Amino acid sequence: MSEPAVAPLLVVDDLKKHYPVHGGLWGRTIGTIRAVDGVSFSVMKGETLGLVGESGCGKSTLGRTLMRLEEPTAGRVSFEGRDLAHASSQELFGLRRDLQMVFQDPYSSLNPRMTVGEIVREPLVVHRIGSKAEQLERVRSLFETVGLTSEMLGRYPSEFSGGQRQRIGVARALALNPKLVIADEPVSALDVSVQSQVLNLMVQLQRELGLTYVFISHDLSVVEHVSDTVAIMYLGRIVEKGPVQQIFGRPAHPYTRALIQAIPSGNPRERRETVPLEGETPSPMSPPAGCAFSSRCPFAIEACRQTPPPLEHVGTPNPTPGREHLAACIRREAIGA
Amino acid sequence: MPLLDIDNLQVGFATDSGLVRAVDGVSFQLEAGQTVGVVGESGCGKSVTAASILRLVPSPPGKFLGGAIRFNGIDILQMRREDLSNLRGREIAMVFQDPMTSLNPVFTIERQMGEVLALRFGLDRRAARTRSAAMLQTVGIPDPDSRLDVYPHELSGGMKQRVMIAMALLCEPKLLIADEPTTALDVTVQAQILHLMRDLQQRTGAAVLFITHDMGVIAEMCDVVVVMYAGRVVERRPVIELFEHSRHPYTKGLLDSIPRKGVAHKAELPTIEGTVPSLLTPPMGCRFADRCRRFNALGADEQRRCRQDDPTLRPDRSGWVACHFPLDGGAW
Repeated sequence: MSEPAVAPLLVVDDLKKHYPVHGGLWGRTIGTIRAVDGVSFSVMKGETLGLVGESGCGKSTLGRTLMRLEEPTAGRVSFEGRDLAHASSQELFGLRRDLQMVFQDPYSSLNPRMTVGEIVREPLVVHRIGSKAEQLERVRSLFETVGLTSEMLGRYPSEFSGGQRQRIGVARALALNPKLVIADEPVSALDVSVQSQVLNLMVQLQRELGLTYVFISHDLSVVEHVSDTVAIMYLGRIVEKGPVQQIFGRPAHPYTRALIQAIPSGNPRERRETVPLEGETPSPMSPPAGCAFSSRCPFAIEACRQTPPPLEHVGTPNPTPGREHLAACIRREAIGA
Repeated sequence: MPLLDIDNLQVGFATDSGLVRAVDGVSFQLEAGQTVGVVGESGCGKSVTAASILRLVPSPPGKFLGGAIRFNGIDILQMRREDLSNLRGREIAMVFQDPMTSLNPVFTIERQMGEVLALRFGLDRRAARTRSAAMLQTVGIPDPDSRLDVYPHELSGGMKQRVMIAMALLCEPKLLIADEPTTALDVTVQAQILHLMRDLQQRTGAAVLFITHDMGVIAEMCDVVVVMYAGRVVERRPVIELFEHSRHPYTKGLLDSIPRKGVAHKAELPTIEGTVPSLLTPPMGCRFADRCRRFNALGADEQRRCRQDDPTLRPDRSGWVACHFPLDGGAW
């Protein structure tokens, strides 16, 4: 597949986002939620990184921190060599042209009082790009790009179905010709038949416009379909990352394996007889010591509860940048990864 | 006689723009001990059908327009209020997508479970506590005795759903209706809850009506599948037959559009083009014709038939299908 890998567009290095927890009579700080706790990855130009995990793993906070919708606590985010994590608000304004977001809920992310034409045009107005006539022309062509017709421009979001609204959200994100689109659960609120329409659109736009995606989702089948590389998150950390074929074909981390086994087979002749993983994610306020997954892991030994395991190469290290397969599990060889 | 017989059910909602026929002539049956899945996308009428069985459709704006729902031969829609409250919880119990719609946030778990047991079986507090703890144990809640003293918000999503299932099973219902019970849960927790439900069903012999939008869940759980579209049943079949030899183009389209093994990476996924028709003014003929891939391949006379004649649900070798030109052998 897409090798040799090209230059990375986005490099995230040891990114952290911690939230203080207030409580008690005086609202003292009584703890810290490490929502994102030392995450590193890179995304190659024109590729898709799938960011997977269950609720509370920090994947949405990570997406919002990349966009600087949340201020990072520590770490570096480099976008085409420019430092995103420490950019001033003025620099950020410029960077945002290249960096756009598509949200999960196509109902709450579109202003109900604006026509959909105005919604898609707004970024052009804010960034003062082109004359009004040029902006309107651009909006018309964006509508066509995402599979809507220009007769719809004067209507309001409430007149559209969920799938159409998500197309409008995609059109708005594309208005400024971004290089990177962060999509946070873009198809989770949609019916399956419409879900595949929006996925097809995103894949087609990537091919035609050379877009780079960070695709955040809890749905492994969707992530497997659209991603080139995948990172699996658990309680604020990446536990495994690598090329999509290796993550799904030879998962090394016990959590990744459980997630993959938990996907219903979709075949009534192959019903799952066992439960792939017991228990639920512990509170991010008091994660287990050592490996955060150790409290649910069937393979955990005493050493797992001592120190957080580092991300290490699975098998022979792949020398191609961005093609490494890494897992944070000291038992990965013992359990036959 | 089937345990549950839904016969030409019609339910409408009065809106400012007119009457929306959310359920428009739905029929299917459920035998004792069977698991039947009702699947369809948002707005197809599956949840309204489920809520109608316990007469939980708010009225107004909801209105029964016709049909019958017979439970052990007795029409629930004609039942007096007293008989209805006897039926709810005792004979038929329901589990919802959001446990907080049925758990009272200001009472402990013990109080909520105890109320049911006091009301139904006249148990005193101690007996009720013992029974409740045993039921929590059955649904896989660790340390059940101390969990009885907590409030719902102190439990995780998966634990709340287990409590809901425990409460639903307290009265040993003959029919359990589960409306998207795992949709709000993480995949690994969903797997746990589905496993639990299947296990409990085998042990108690209760029939289960499973409402979901997820074909993966259907494949995992159900004996028989009812596919709904725009307020109608379009296909009904044993689960393996449905997955391997679906005959309605909508069912086939739904099954095809799920990303799964075997579809090439980043390849175009099959879709169902277009959107669901408005139920204020549904089209005259087949409600799916506008989006139907099969329709596009038909000749002019055949297409006219799809446009003008509303297809009724007709029996075939392994089930029922509402299509003038059904697929053969599960292929396009």
